[in-house]
Order: sequence, then C-alpha cells, then structure tokens
Amino acid sequence: MKSDFIRGMQHGIPIALGYLSVSFGFGILAVESGLSVFQSSAVSALNLTSAGQAAGVGIIAAGGTLLEMILVQLVINIRYSLMALSLSQKLDRRFTAPHRLLASFGITDEIFAVCSAQPGAITPMYMYGMILIAMAGWIGGTFLGASAGEVLPEAVSSAMGIVLYGMFIAIIVPPSRKKKSILFVTIAAAVLSIIFRYVLTMVSDGFAVIICAVAAAAVGALLFPVPDEDEEEQQ
Amino acid sequence: MTVAVYIAVMAAVTYLIRMIPFTFFRKKIKSKFVRSFLKYIPYAVLSAMTIPAVFTSTGNAVTSAVGALVAVVLAFFDLPLILVALAASFSAFLTGLLM
Repeated sequence: MKSDFIRGMQHGIPIALGYLSVSFGFGILAVESGLSVFQSSAVSALNLTSAGQAAGVGIIAAGGTLLEMILVQLVINIRYSLMALSLSQKLDRRFTAPHRLLASFGITDEIFAVCSAQPGAITPMYMYGMILIAMAGWIGGTFLGASAGEVLPEAVSSAMGIVLYGMFIAIIVPPSRKKKSILFVTIAAAVLSIIFRYVLTMVSDGFAVIICAVAAAAVGALLFPVPDEDEEEQQ
Repeated sequence: MTVAVYIAVMAAVTYLIRMIPFTFFRKKIKSKFVRSFLKYIPYAVLSAMTIPAVFTSTGNAVTSAVGALVAVVLAFFDLPLILVALAASFSAFLTGLLM
C-alpha cells in the first residue's frame, strides 16, 4: 500500500501544474506592481492564494493602508474559513492540534476541493504531500513569471488568464452532472454572481462571492439536505 | 512603509483565516442543515468565482467564451483537472490567433 504522503503528492500533481501556470501570471503582475523577484516569490510562499495575492500586490503598489490590506484579505479569503470548517469534519483522528496548525496553511480552493472529494477521512500526511507539491508549483511559477514574464508574448500570457477558471470548471462540472443538488447550487451561485456583477455593482467582488456562495449553499441545504449515509461512510 | 510589512500583515491575516476554524473546531457537526451547507459551500464558492469572471479572463470575450466552453465540455466527460485547465487556455490561445 502506498503511503498517504505519496498518494497526496500524486493527487497534487494536477494542482501543482495548474498553479505553475496561474502563478506565472501572478509573478508578471507582481513585478509590474514594483515588487522584486524575491518579494514576489515571498508573497506566494507565505500566502498560497490567488485572488488575495493579486489584490494585496495592488494595495502595495497603490501605497494603501495596512487596515485596507487587512480588510481586503479578510473579505477575499474568508471563504477559506468555510472550507476549513467543512474540512474539519472530514479529518482522521491522527490530525492532532500541531498537525492542524501546520496543515491549515495549505487550505486552498483546489486542495480543499480534492480533499473533500476523497472517500473517507483525511490524514495529515496526505495533506502534507498535496500541499508540498502544490506549493512547489505555486512558488516556482511565481519565480519564473517574475523573472521572465516580460519576454513572453502577449498572446500567451493573456491566454494563461483562463487556466485557473478552467480548473474551477473541472472541479464543479462532474459532480453537477451526477447530483441534482450540486447542479442546483452551482447554477444558483452563478446566477447570483451575474446579478452582483452587472446589477448590484456597488458590492465589492470579495463580498459578492461570499454572499452568493452562502445564499446558494443555504438554499441548497434547505432543499436537498444530505442523507446520513455520507456520515457513516466516513467512520 | 516597507513592502516587507505589507507582506507580513497579508500573510498573517490569510493564515489566521485558515488556521482558526481548522484547529479549534473539533466536534462533529450534528445539524443536518449545517452539514449540508458545508458540503455545498465549495461548489457555490467556485461557481460564483468562475461565472461571470471567466468570460473576461483573457481580456477578450470571444477567446474567453471558447476557452470556457471547451473546459465545460471536457469536464463533462470527467477528463483530468490539468487537462481541462490547459485545454481551456490552449483553445483560447488558438482562437486569438485566428481572430
């Protein structure tokens, strides 16, 4: 039997490849915003998040206040609290407090999605394997983008802007095809998100995502409560 | 203010957001509503982040739409994550060349 660490790394390879291309774009952006190659890579190593980093670099470039930085990071990244809470329900007993302190650093949209989709409980080693390889991709891509971004043709770098969304689509479409409840939730969230984008434009993007997601998931939970066997499977 | 201070504050906020619920929430949730809500949250978040933002992701509506469509079709047939993501980007790139 393969160790959990190796299994985590294997499951993390597509995430790492996706991150490599997405963070390449972040590296270009960060250098354009006035950060050095080292600073850009440090942001990626310490944050491991796409939208929050892009907004944060914007605040640094604009000379914003620290309060603004705190609020923007809170709003954009608060979804990780929901993901952390959700994942906390799926942890193996080996997940003691020190493991939780360490592994929580690596909760991203994609790592969360892959861990959530695993049958059974998640072990610390499984998460470490996945986080390690994902971080290597994220930091490596940032470093490469920051160092070499300017030499890349415009047509290539703009086409890379869609990679992250392609990953998101790959995560949400298959379960939506198989389960009516998840299809309902994804459509509801998408419709709300379109309304916020084009009608309720006074709401910032970060807040809009939170409102859409909470509303769609809450209505989904009311209409399609998950049956108890999901719980039994995990134990 | 130095860039290092900004980066440190940014990293601290992002870590605490992840760490607090993950570390201090130990009980199994009993409420069926809350468990269902937490199960649906990831799909809701990713869907709201993707739509409509994906359609402006390449800076061009046509290449973005082609990329998004390719991603949905490939994902529908359960192709691997990375293949779907790179095919979206590659098809957007090719469309851009043809325009």
